[in-house]
Amino acid sequence: MHDDEKDDDQDLNQSHSGFSRRDFLKVGGISLSVPLVIGSRTIRVAGSDVKVYGPGKVPISLNINAKKYAAEVEPRMTLLDTLRNEFELTGAKRVCDRATCGACTVIIDGKSVYSCTVLAIDTQNKKITTVEGLTDGENLHPVQQAFVDNDAQQCGFCTPGFVVACKAFLDKHPHPTPEELGTGLGGNLCRCGTYMGIRAAVMQVAKGGQNG
Amino acid sequence: MAEYKWPEADKRALIGKRISRIDGPDKVSGRAKYSYDIKRPGVLYARMLRSPHAHAKIVSIDITAAEKMPGVKAVRIIQEVGKEIKWAGDDIVGVAAIDEAAAEDAVRAIKVQYEILPHLVIDTDPQNAGDNAKPTAAVTQGDPAANFAAADVVSTEGFYGNHVITHCCLEAHGMTTEWSDDKNLLVHPSTQNVSGTAAQMATPLETPATNIRVHQDHIGGGFGSKFGPDSWGIECARISKQAGGKPVKLFLERAAELMVAGARPSSYAQVKVGAKKDGTLVAWDSVSWGTGGPGGGGSPPLPYVFNIPHQHKQHTAIANNIGPARAWRAPNHPQGCLITMSALEDMAAHLQMNALDFFLKNIDLTGPRAQVYRDELKIAADLIGWQKHWHQRGDKTAGPIKRGLGLSIHTWGGAGHASDCDITIQPDGSVELKMGTQDLGVGTRTALAIVVADTLGLPLTGVRILIGDNSYPVSGPSGGSTTIGGISASSRRGAVDARDLIFAKAAPALEAKPEELEAWGGMVRVKTDPSRSLTWAQACAKLGGMPITVRGKNPGPEKLNDQGVGGVQMADVSVDVETGIVKINKIVAVQDCGLIIDLKTAESQVYGALIMGVTYALYEEKIMDQQTGTMLNPNMEFYKLAGLGDIGELVVHMMTGKGYDERGPIGLGEPPTVSPGAVISNAVANAIGVRVPTLPLTPDQVLAALEKKGGNHARI
Amino acid sequence: MRAFEYTSPENVDQALHLLGNTWEDAAPLAGGTDLLALMKDDIVSPRRLVNIKEIGALRGLSIDAKRGLRIGALVTIQELADNPKVAHAYPVIAKTANEIAGPQIRNMATIGGNLCQRPRCWYYRSGHGLLARDEKGQSLVPGGDNRYHAILGNTGPAFFVSPSTLAPLFIALRAVVRLVGPRGPREIPLEKFYLIPKTESEREHDLKPNEIVTEVIIPLLGGARAATYEVRHKEAMEWPLALASVVLNMKGKTVSSARVLLGHVAPVPWRSAEAEAALVGNQISEAVARAAGEAAVANAKSLGRNGYKIQVARVAVKRAILAAA
Repeated sequence: MHDDEKDDDQDLNQSHSGFSRRDFLKVGGISLSVPLVIGSRTIRVAGSDVKVYGPGKVPISLNINAKKYAAEVEPRMTLLDTLRNEFELTGAKRVCDRATCGACTVIIDGKSVYSCTVLAIDTQNKKITTVEGLTDGENLHPVQQAFVDNDAQQCGFCTPGFVVACKAFLDKHPHPTPEELGTGLGGNLCRCGTYMGIRAAVMQVAKGGQNG
Repeated sequence: MAEYKWPEADKRALIGKRISRIDGPDKVSGRAKYSYDIKRPGVLYARMLRSPHAHAKIVSIDITAAEKMPGVKAVRIIQEVGKEIKWAGDDIVGVAAIDEAAAEDAVRAIKVQYEILPHLVIDTDPQNAGDNAKPTAAVTQGDPAANFAAADVVSTEGFYGNHVITHCCLEAHGMTTEWSDDKNLLVHPSTQNVSGTAAQMATPLETPATNIRVHQDHIGGGFGSKFGPDSWGIECARISKQAGGKPVKLFLERAAELMVAGARPSSYAQVKVGAKKDGTLVAWDSVSWGTGGPGGGGSPPLPYVFNIPHQHKQHTAIANNIGPARAWRAPNHPQGCLITMSALEDMAAHLQMNALDFFLKNIDLTGPRAQVYRDELKIAADLIGWQKHWHQRGDKTAGPIKRGLGLSIHTWGGAGHASDCDITIQPDGSVELKMGTQDLGVGTRTALAIVVADTLGLPLTGVRILIGDNSYPVSGPSGGSTTIGGISASSRRGAVDARDLIFAKAAPALEAKPEELEAWGGMVRVKTDPSRSLTWAQACAKLGGMPITVRGKNPGPEKLNDQGVGGVQMADVSVDVETGIVKINKIVAVQDCGLIIDLKTAESQVYGALIMGVTYALYEEKIMDQQTGTMLNPNMEFYKLAGLGDIGELVVHMMTGKGYDERGPIGLGEPPTVSPGAVISNAVANAIGVRVPTLPLTPDQVLAALEKKGGNHARI
Repeated sequence: MRAFEYTSPENVDQALHLLGNTWEDAAPLAGGTDLLALMKDDIVSPRRLVNIKEIGALRGLSIDAKRGLRIGALVTIQELADNPKVAHAYPVIAKTANEIAGPQIRNMATIGGNLCQRPRCWYYRSGHGLLARDEKGQSLVPGGDNRYHAILGNTGPAFFVSPSTLAPLFIALRAVVRLVGPRGPREIPLEKFYLIPKTESEREHDLKPNEIVTEVIIPLLGGARAATYEVRHKEAMEWPLALASVVLNMKGKTVSSARVLLGHVAPVPWRSAEAEAALVGNQISEAVARAAGEAAVANAKSLGRNGYKIQVARVAVKRAILAAA
């Protein structure tokens, strides 16, 4: 907690609106030079305590690929940047950084999402699976193996995101029709043009029925 | 004297088979580290303040606030006060900080004043370009005037063009640099040119190229836009020096990537074609223009592939403020191809000739590869059902969905570049190849492993391939489809020499002469009596205690690669004439590329070219706003790439066997990217009965063409 | 993205206290698919994000025989698309939802967010403000590249198009949106939720900085027939060039009442009274659908580059009517 924040908290405790003008003025001033301070503060709103984190760094703990990862990040850090810059899990790629291309796809609580557009702090207490988590030691996941077999990759920069998206898609549609592929895998883009291999890879897994 | 030539078909254990790429498992698992993924200890993250103006002079720069911000380690003014900025997005000030957010905050705190100067960012009309239009001298061949006069039919309505598109590499341009000490720089770039990067950084950094170490394991797309370190790469190294040598990572944000890191020049042409009644082409006239940014732009080869006997052509380059152009797969060919194939298909329609017959009628104008085109046209026609589905221009069936067929042909050189490699064989039989090349995703690693393993009679896993480092033997930049020719030839020569050294050592034990031996199935054996054999490891043990290293070179003895390929593509599309939406039903690509090293990755390369082609034919455009001078779609939401559901059915047929294999491997990166725009445009014209003059074939353009045509186009 | 503080209230009361009186004070964070992109581009920079995803009251989806469908604001688009009850009672909603963007967006984006997302106008998104003005106060749209801009309701100063794919359909289905603010809950027809701003300080919807969308209520379809038709250039991850949502109430074979909404053509979801009038009292035929399409764009105007959208919208209306019938 900031040393100079006690007064504000007092104000807030007594404030009916839950925040004071001073509170925001202070935050506004901070936004130009973010204090490198770890922690959160508690404010009282609507009769109960609520924690407010940041804008400086705060400790977070994430469950990624069934392992616990801890870091200190600002609330503005995306999950993607946290994976890459804090944990060196660089399988998810930063490409569009605006929830369009799918290169950053990870699975959160069973659903494929764009990690570029999720705040890391928002993903605590959730189960996160990245492309790295699909591999069992040296053994590739059937989706990954199918990508290799069908050459569903060229430069490979979109590939990890596509692999994760395909895994999530096949979990939901174990036996997809070719039409379902269009909408079900429409959230990922490839520049080299590997879609033919990806279609074949997905159908290989679907036929083998051994996704999981 | 060693025999370097490629093995006969029955002696190819691996070459030409369908082989999964050897770095596939690393890529699908996320283990593959791209330069973008490299995190050096203590790395600082760099961000650029970029010019918001397309043309301006810098009046003042104030970095004092930025320098004082927490976490900021270096602020470097890249363009001083007084400098003229010629495109939006150009570097002004670079910042390095302990994390990306801190660097971004610091960039926001920098204050720059500009004097805004007039800009030009559009290119569709050279009349509006004033002094920025740079006409080049007209070129005449034969007697076009007389032959137009004598032609039975002259089509004069032809206007065709392609807008500027960008490369949109998924891995942005950039690098991480660090000064190991005062004099030595370590660079992790994203480059198509590992061996050539140091030389390009040396002079601006006043550091001997020998002191610059370059390493790249994987690259996330280049397509012709990553041959140099770029101005920002040099600045990255300077910022790194300013920050006490610390590693600095500077990769472009997506918006900058689309604004400044490369564009394919536009090209437009007004075309006149003259022909005889029987379809024989006699004369060509084109007035063309286009932009490649501040430098003007390249002139497309016109007429493309078909050397029409009588020609008159004139090109005007328009210099403007959109950021510099870069080579984009098969520079100038897709543009020339679209203009030419559209004009020729329009002439066929004029003559009411089947476009396939028309192309065949004139195929000898293509020169030495005419017979290849003939063969390919026949195969493509069968694969797409040309005779069954082709109709005269304008699908007359009821309903809003109109279907059409189009065709196009293309060419490329693809000779192998200069390439050196070192092949080391250890006494235990392990084999390693080192080469300063790079794998753009085309399968270079895999091709090297195939060539070496095939030559040594080993499985793929018996060969370790090390590339992507400038401490390895020099190999050329990967561009212009020159890689496979270069790297296959040098690795073949090196592997043959290395193998022959092993043969010489093993021969006495097998009581044979070295030239009587062969390497096959993990054995070194006597050709005429395979029962007399040593395992590879036993043979290598004859080296004694020391390994051997052999240098393979290209060029070198015996020509291992030809150049010059031809390809044919045909497309089947459906157009909704009420909405202007074009859908791909099917595209067929028939392509030669000499001897194929890996059929699986070769086919991938062609599929990829078709998909990239669908993208530029239907979706891609660098949209510039003349009011603000900026790009309106520097994102992947409105800079549109085809998705998995947009590509239809794709069929690839590779020409192999006699007549092809003996030419040796020839590059495949460019040729199949040339025709897709033309072939889709032609198919759309065939479907709807009118030419949509410019790519991309967006609904507005399709509807505008239909409206202009009027006639059978009911509004709904 | 500028720094902000983050808080994650457990109930609506807390959330309301944590929001501010201006958009710069605080913004509610749900799916984040739009908000975070806007923040990365410095288009909005709230000093506090109030994560509302932990608020149970904003979740849930239920169908009541009386009131119809209740969709909690936090229901994701994919949850809506996949819900078997929705697929049974409102197949048009399930189908429309399932075709939005791509799976990752559908998994993340919420219904509340879909209704409140900001326009995609590229002048707005590059920092020229919602009304896309240059430094002299002139709109950049009429003289610029307006290929994706409004063809209806485009007399200015707003030229952007309302981006929601669900809003036109929901309005056609007579949806009501519920909001809660410091003075308690309020409920308004979704149609009235959308506004055309006249000044830069106004927004395109009637949501105050200290309010939260809590749920959407959609009456039962009864025997009504409904369809949405989208014209999209690409199959996925693509904004419609125009879309139409149509709900027809039939008396025998004749249309007794109709609601025709267009999307991506105007700064608000655009209800076409003209198209509705062209349908009422008629049996649906190709000719009637075509006439309704004509009527829908009778007052449409090109801004220069977007004239084709008039044709596209006309066709979308026709096809939606034929699909519904």
